[in-house]
Amino acid sequence: MHSKISTCRPHRAVTAVAALLAGALALSACSSGDDDKEGTGQKPGATTGSTVSLPKLDGAKLEVAAVWTGGEQANFKKVLAEFEKRTGASVTFVPAQDPIINFLGSKIAGGQPPDVALLPQPGAIKQAVQKGWAKPLGAEAVKELAKNYSQGWQDIGKVDGKQYGAYYKAANKSLIWYNTQVFENAGAKEPKTWQELLTASQAVYDSGVTPFSVAGADGWPLTDWFENIYLSQAGPQKYDELAQHKIKWTDPSVKQALTTLAQLWGKKDYLAGGQKGALQTEFPQSVTQTFTGGDQPKSGMVYEGDFVQVNIGETKSKVGTDAKVFPFPAVGDSAPVVSGGDAAVILKDSKAAQALVTFLASPDAATIQARLGGYLSPNKNVPLTAYPNAVQQKIAKALIEAGDDFRFDMSDQAPQAFGGTPGKGEWKDLQDFLRNPGDVAGAQAKLERDAAAAYGNGG
Amino acid sequence: MASAAAAGAAPGPAAPRGRKSVTGTRKTVAALFLLPALVLLGALVVYPIGYSVVRSFAGNSGGGFVGFDNYETLFTDDGIRTALKNNVLWVVFAPTVATALGLVFAVLTERVRWGTAFKLVVFMPMAISMLAAGIIFRLVYDQDPDKGVANAVWVGVHDTFAQSSAFPKAHPGRKSPLVADGGGFVTRDTVRAGQPVALPLVGVAPDRLPDGVRKAVAAKPEPGKVTGTTWQDFTRGKGVGRLGAPDPSEVGYAGMRIEAVKDGEVVASATASGDGTFTLPAAADGARLRLPADNFREPYNGVSWLGPALVTPAIIGAYVWMWAGFAMVLIAAGLAGVPRELLEAARVDGASEWQVFRKVTVPLLAPVLAVVVVTLMINVLKVFDLVFIIAPGSSQDDANVLALELYRKGFSEGQPGVASAISVFLLLLVIPVMLFNIRRLRREVRR
Repeated sequence: MHSKISTCRPHRAVTAVAALLAGALALSACSSGDDDKEGTGQKPGATTGSTVSLPKLDGAKLEVAAVWTGGEQANFKKVLAEFEKRTGASVTFVPAQDPIINFLGSKIAGGQPPDVALLPQPGAIKQAVQKGWAKPLGAEAVKELAKNYSQGWQDIGKVDGKQYGAYYKAANKSLIWYNTQVFENAGAKEPKTWQELLTASQAVYDSGVTPFSVAGADGWPLTDWFENIYLSQAGPQKYDELAQHKIKWTDPSVKQALTTLAQLWGKKDYLAGGQKGALQTEFPQSVTQTFTGGDQPKSGMVYEGDFVQVNIGETKSKVGTDAKVFPFPAVGDSAPVVSGGDAAVILKDSKAAQALVTFLASPDAATIQARLGGYLSPNKNVPLTAYPNAVQQKIAKALIEAGDDFRFDMSDQAPQAFGGTPGKGEWKDLQDFLRNPGDVAGAQAKLERDAAAAYGNGG
Repeated sequence: MASAAAAGAAPGPAAPRGRKSVTGTRKTVAALFLLPALVLLGALVVYPIGYSVVRSFAGNSGGGFVGFDNYETLFTDDGIRTALKNNVLWVVFAPTVATALGLVFAVLTERVRWGTAFKLVVFMPMAISMLAAGIIFRLVYDQDPDKGVANAVWVGVHDTFAQSSAFPKAHPGRKSPLVADGGGFVTRDTVRAGQPVALPLVGVAPDRLPDGVRKAVAAKPEPGKVTGTTWQDFTRGKGVGRLGAPDPSEVGYAGMRIEAVKDGEVVASATASGDGTFTLPAAADGARLRLPADNFREPYNGVSWLGPALVTPAIIGAYVWMWAGFAMVLIAAGLAGVPRELLEAARVDGASEWQVFRKVTVPLLAPVLAVVVVTLMINVLKVFDLVFIIAPGSSQDDANVLALELYRKGFSEGQPGVASAISVFLLLLVIPVMLFNIRRLRREVRR
């Protein structure tokens, strides 16, 4: 589930299969990040000044576990190499499997937990703390966090008021990607509000191109659609309440959000393949079909987070020229920023582990990986110029500017049975809603029933 | 080895001190040789089964005895109920269809000169892993006729009988004089002879426009006749351009059919020329102009094989594709052992080929058919990979089977207790089939 917030992690087996079908492995897709690096001609660490003081750790050995693969893993290893260079410690990257919390469980049961793990959801951090796996961050790391992160990003790394996680990587899931050629032909402009988005969609439709690709075969892009609309329309307060299931899914605010969503999903001609076709469209395909086919692609726009770039990399389109992005338009008073992220958590407390998390919380580490592309940092002290292209800079800017108004992906906060299982819970209910967008009340009832069951038994 | 141990118990003819078997092996030696197999079986089969049973009575977090709660969930959970229902479908249809096809192939290939080559081809899918077969069929069943073979064939057949139209998705733009009318469009107002009519539409992809389109021109008024233009009122890069009037780069809808309707009756009709102009006779005066629905028929998109309704039969189809070859090979082997004289005798007695097949071949093959069906049943009960890979996320719930639900409950929903209960339940389902198989084997040995 948390692959939503990663760039190069196959979502699950079927997505991997779909990637295979598309004839492109995630691996090759990720390697496009390396091209960016060559493009800017900068060597990692070459221009990074030291802003963080690290202890000498000669002879110390560390293990770091994360689910990253391919180019993402290679880039992260470069960050680790910088840490080794500065401290003299040796760091081993341990590739983990999804879901990482189960992976760590078996590692811990086997008596060999990694020193540091990157956990993708606030729920996972909480779980790790409850099971007594996670160790609190030391004063150094907390100081570094306070210096570089907005309060909101610090708070989602806390459990019961204690800092456990340092968010190293972020995802901006409030983006709509569009085919520039289609927008040009249609004479459409980047919309700022929901109404403008509908107008732009109509213009694209009038020009003979279907406006949207919706990846309905995967459930998670649908939950992200809903979350953006809900956050913008109902506001952060209600968003938090719904995320914790303090208000019911039968709440009028949910009805309003679903009704708004139906303005797009309800129009058969607005979705590539109609509702039925959308329900069989996997996420990678939803992106590639938007950016292939010259000026007559299957659709003009596709919604999802910054990781869409990876899939665009599989097509001939270039991010920044053929493929551009605009922030999810404001449905209510302000535009939503829904995000995700991976937090570094210490599982085996030591001076070296603390030092590593401190380093990962520093702009030095983030800047190195930012330069390499395919990465977004929640660290507000990472200069925007560190990102390799204008599109990345735009995405990073939107994320940082949201300050504390961003909200973490709601389905990632929910129990897995509700928010993270294919063909179940929220995923399934929103797929049913996409199949039959007229039935708002029915969708609400189903969502509430599944949520009650999942939150009830504590996942 | 079991028989060796059993033989060890039997008194040997010249057993000194009764400690050696016929072959002269000491019991301790026999036990020593059995040990590795026993240890492996114990560690890899017996222990996991035992632990699963224990686990199925424990809560999801691992500790605590919860009695039959997990089993209660098993029979009340909607997802598991769908899985059960689908498993029944699978067990009933997959083995029977695969065996029936295998029987037909086996009997027919016996009579064909190139039988072996044919058998080889039918058997070939067995050499492919379930995963690869899943990926293949994911493509075969793809909704897009350009990708999915199944839909390509289906759409091809369909389109031979019903052509799709040239202007799908055309629709009135802003402030259009046209309103929707039963899939087509009709003018709001009646038309007058001598006053050119504009019938602008938008939304046809430029590469979808029919051949022979030319630049749209405004129709000239002709006395006593109704003239007009129907065209794509959309200038690329500029939006609609001048609303309701042809702009320089806008093209006519060549071949669009136009009907003049008075009181629900078609009084005249015309077809637009390359530049979109058309002329209707004087009879059309005072009528409303209609662009009938067959101008706009959507291209037929085929069957959604992997939609909720068809997904299970579709996956069973993939399974049959794989396993019919297996059934065929076993049945062909059985067929080779059928005494020819019996068939000959039946034929001499005047039985038709069908009667020979029904009354002689099939009964003689019955034991083999039973083996094939039972083996396939066991195989089908644990089907997982095909369903997991072929069913898209949106219909995975509808294609669910027990083994998949076990995986989902255990590894993505964090309910190992319920997952263990499912596995125990699956074991219980397999046991009767296994017993049947073992008893049949014993009978065979006794014979």
